[in-house]
This record gives sequence, structure tokens and C-alpha cells, in this order.
Amino acid sequence: MAVILNTKGLCKSFGAVTAAAGISIAVEADSVVGLIGTNGAGKTTFVNMVTGYLKPDAGDILFKDRDITELHPRDITRLGICRSFQIPQLYDSLTVFENLVIALGIRDRNVHGSVFSRTFKLVPAANPLVVGAAEKSMQRFGLLEYRERAARVLPEGVRKLLDIAMALVSEPEVLILDEPTSGVSADEKFTIMDMVMGAVRSHGCTVIFVEHDMEIVTRYSQRIVAFYEGRILADGKPGDVLSNEQVQTYVIGGLRSLGTAAPGVSHA
Amino acid sequence: MTRTDKTPFILLGALVVLLAVGPFLPKWLFLLTMSLGKGLVVLGLVVLLRTGLVSFGQGLYYCVGAYAVGSLSQFASVRNALLLLLAGTLVAAILATALGFLLANYRGIFFAMLTLALSMIVYGLLVKTSALGSTDGFNVAPASLLGKTISGQGNQYPIFALACIVAFVAAVLTNSYLWTALGQLSSAIRDNEIRVEYMGASVRSAIHTKYVLAGALAGLGGAVTALTIGHIDPEMAYWTTSGEFVFVAILGGTGSVIAPFLGAIIFEFIRTYAYQYSPNTWQLVLGTAMLLVIIFLPAGLWSAFARLRRRT
Repeated sequence: MAVILNTKGLCKSFGAVTAAAGISIAVEADSVVGLIGTNGAGKTTFVNMVTGYLKPDAGDILFKDRDITELHPRDITRLGICRSFQIPQLYDSLTVFENLVIALGIRDRNVHGSVFSRTFKLVPAANPLVVGAAEKSMQRFGLLEYRERAARVLPEGVRKLLDIAMALVSEPEVLILDEPTSGVSADEKFTIMDMVMGAVRSHGCTVIFVEHDMEIVTRYSQRIVAFYEGRILADGKPGDVLSNEQVQTYVIGGLRSLGTAAPGVSHA
Repeated sequence: MTRTDKTPFILLGALVVLLAVGPFLPKWLFLLTMSLGKGLVVLGLVVLLRTGLVSFGQGLYYCVGAYAVGSLSQFASVRNALLLLLAGTLVAAILATALGFLLANYRGIFFAMLTLALSMIVYGLLVKTSALGSTDGFNVAPASLLGKTISGQGNQYPIFALACIVAFVAAVLTNSYLWTALGQLSSAIRDNEIRVEYMGASVRSAIHTKYVLAGALAGLGGAVTALTIGHIDPEMAYWTTSGEFVFVAILGGTGSVIAPFLGAIIFEFIRTYAYQYSPNTWQLVLGTAMLLVIIFLPAGLWSAFARLRRRT
């Protein structure tokens, strides 16, 4: 399958801390990739570099063979890489419906807008097309009952869903989810992931997700990349990576291994 | 957001009523016209407030709009009222476009103080410019429309009618803008700029556009005021004038494009009566009125109407 996202030798340091030491990952189109690792292993730094929030000290990021290393987050979004956040980033004073309408409005301007209509568009944001799309999205993510509720009063699980729904309305080619089930009850986590994966499959996009929960990673990933101290410890099929001895020691038993020397990089 | 927006119809109703009762209220026409001029400035301020930005310098554009009218009238003998209003709006919009490149980078107190500083620079420049009358300013000759003089002595109704129509058009256009995708970005930017950028929109250019719109409306308000009073002076750019606009915006609320005009009319009435009955303590009366509104209607006077509408 064709490689859609390709990072080559990404390096990033924060003072004495190395968050990425030569991260190279080639992600194939329409695949689901799980990123695992202990806190501080460099997963979120990797996500932040790919989405333009952080600029790598060295290395390149290619999206469909186009260099996006120096691009701004909004330009990367416009190209087709969208993300959700570990702490949901919503418009808290607005309702679920309004959050989606704004997301759709921006998508509309990015995808369909000419220079003129981008600036002077006098079509109401809540036109029938947008309302229909927002309702479809709410239905898909089980948000209809929260339609008129302000985002700030929603339960955490619903906030996560809305955050992901907003990323998905842009119809991205690559969707990056940063800990989609963190802070969510054990009962809700599979519901959330089922809904997300259902929505993703229906329009076909590549998913990269950061996750601490091994049950989730095992069930939903086709490929797992294990991070440790800014490097890739193992990269491959879920069964192979999770049975890897170093992954067992340094990632799954991560907390126990704190303070021990970093192992060498290998591929499972 | 899904309900049909009735604002344009309410505005049209208000326009018809104002135009109809105007001839019977000769004593109030000047005050009402001034309120409409100020309401236009506050309308622009409301667009900024919805985005989470407070400008303490809208007096700058109010003054520039008025001086554009005055200068064209004084030095180029332009008398056409529509041309003068257009010039006031355009000059303010051009200046706002230029200053917007700087201001769109700032938020919160920094944005507020920078806007205030810029307006005080213009105030300082005007005070020192003897060609423009220094602190005294200068008179604006009566303007005309379709060959008839419509402002100046004895022409309060024509300029009032023109101000009503101009305010109506500006309010309807601003209202439609607020309902577009770009207009709706205001609340999104106020709530979460990071998310707006990660959805693929530029916060900076959205703020810049809104700042230019606010500047243009303030320029139009200044132009209306210049024609109504027939005199302009640098006080229009002074920080207390800008503060007054913020006062009116809070008094009226940001819930609707009607609120700024309602706020401006009530403000002018309270001030006029307060000044008439307690000339030494009129600020105290205004302050008390503001305090009462903040305590009982924290979202401004407009929220009282919104509450009534929800009940019915």
C-alpha cells in the first residue's frame, strides 16, 4: 500500500531532554497505527511535530510526498491531517451543535471556498447543508441528546467524542487521536473507540492514535510503534511488538523500569 | 442558531417607527441622531467584544471618520452627504487595515492598551495641528442630498432620517455577517484559538477582518456625528470618548445588533436628564445606572428583551 505519511529522522530536544532522537515512521494509507510508550517517551512530541505545533530540530515530514515540516498547523489541517486532543479542545460556551456548525463552516471555506467566498461569504453558517451534516455527525457519535448543551457541562466521555467528531467533519486523510480514551470510564472506552472506528471506516482515512490502554491498542491497531526515551523501541504487528521483550520491560512495565539505562533500538 | 433570525424584521419595524414619529419629536431629534452615530461605533465594538477583544480606542476611528468628512467639506467643498459618509467609512477602514497588521497579534489587556495608545497619538497629533483647528477643531458645512440641504440649522429631521437609514443598513449587514461562518468564528476564537487554528482557519486574519469592520463602523458613526453637530474637534479621539463606547456596549449588551443602538439611546437620555437635573453629579447618576445594569442584567439591557422573548 502507498505511504501517506513519512517521517524521516525527526529530532527534538527541550534543553537537556531529548524527546525525539531520529524518529522515522512510514505510515501506509488506510492503516490504523497505535503509538505506545510511557509518559515522556516522545509520543505527543511526535504528534505535535507532525501536526505543526512543534518544529523538529532535524528531520523531514512528508505527507503524500510533500514536505510539510515547516508548515503551520492550519495549513497542515487544510492539506488533510486533523487531530483530536488529549484534553478536548472545544468551544466551551457554545452548544454541541454550534461547535459542529463552526467546524463545518471552517471546513466549507477550506474545501469549497474561492478566495472571494472565503472572505465575503454571506451564506448563513447554519444553512440546511451544514445543519444536515452536523446532525449526521451528532447521530454517528451519539451526541444528539446533547445537541443544545454547552460543551463545558458535558461529561468527559462526551467531550472526547465531540472533540473527535469535530476533527472528522473536516474529512481528513490522516486522523491523529491523542489518547482518545484517557479520562474516560472503562465502560465508555470501547464505545468511544467503536464509534470512532466506525466513522473512520465509513469514509476511509488513516488513523494514528496514542494510547496507554493495552486492551484498546491490541483490539484496534493493525500496527504498533513503541516509543522509549525519544526512540522507537519496536515497530510492527501488534502481536510481535507486544511480545517483544524490551517492550515488555520498558513500555508495558514502564513504571518499574524508570531509572534504568535505555536499550538499543530494534525492530520486532 | 437554528431558529429563523427575526432581527432584520425588528430593525425594519424600528426604522419605520422612528421615521414616522420623528417629525413629532423635534426636541429629541438631535439626541436620537447622536445616539445612532454612537450606536454605529458600539456596533463595531460588539463585533470585537464577541471575539473576546476590548478596544479602548474606537474613538480613533470615530474621530478619523469625522475629520475625513470635515476635511472634504472644508478643503474640497464636497457637500454630498452620501459621499461624505462613504469617505468617513473608507478612511477609517483603510487606517484600521493598516493598524490591524499590528493589533491582530495582541490579545486581552495588551490589545486594549495598544488601541488606547494609538487613539491618544491621533488625539495628540490633532491637538498640535493648527491647520485643522488644534484643540478647537473646525465647523463642518451643511451637507446636501439630491440638491437639498439636509443638515445644519433647521434640518434636524432630514439628517435624522438619513442616520436612521444608514444605521438600519449597517445593522442588517453586520447581522448577516455575524450569521456567516466567518462571523460565527467570533465565539470560537473567544473560547479556543488553538482549536480554530487546528480546524484550518487563521485566527489572525479573522481578527484583522473584524477589526477593520469595527473601524469602518466607527468611521461611519463619526461621519454621522460630524454632519449632525456640524463641528468636529480632537476630543472625539480622546480616551474618555472611547471609554464611553465601551460603557454603552456593556450597558446595551452584545446579544444582538439592536443592543448597541438601544444602549446608546438610553445612555444619551440618562446623561441628558442627569446633566439637566444634577449638573454637578451627573456622572454619579450614570455610574449608578451602570451598576444596576451590571448587577441585575449582567448581559446588558438587551438580555431583558431576550428573556421576555424566551418566555413568550
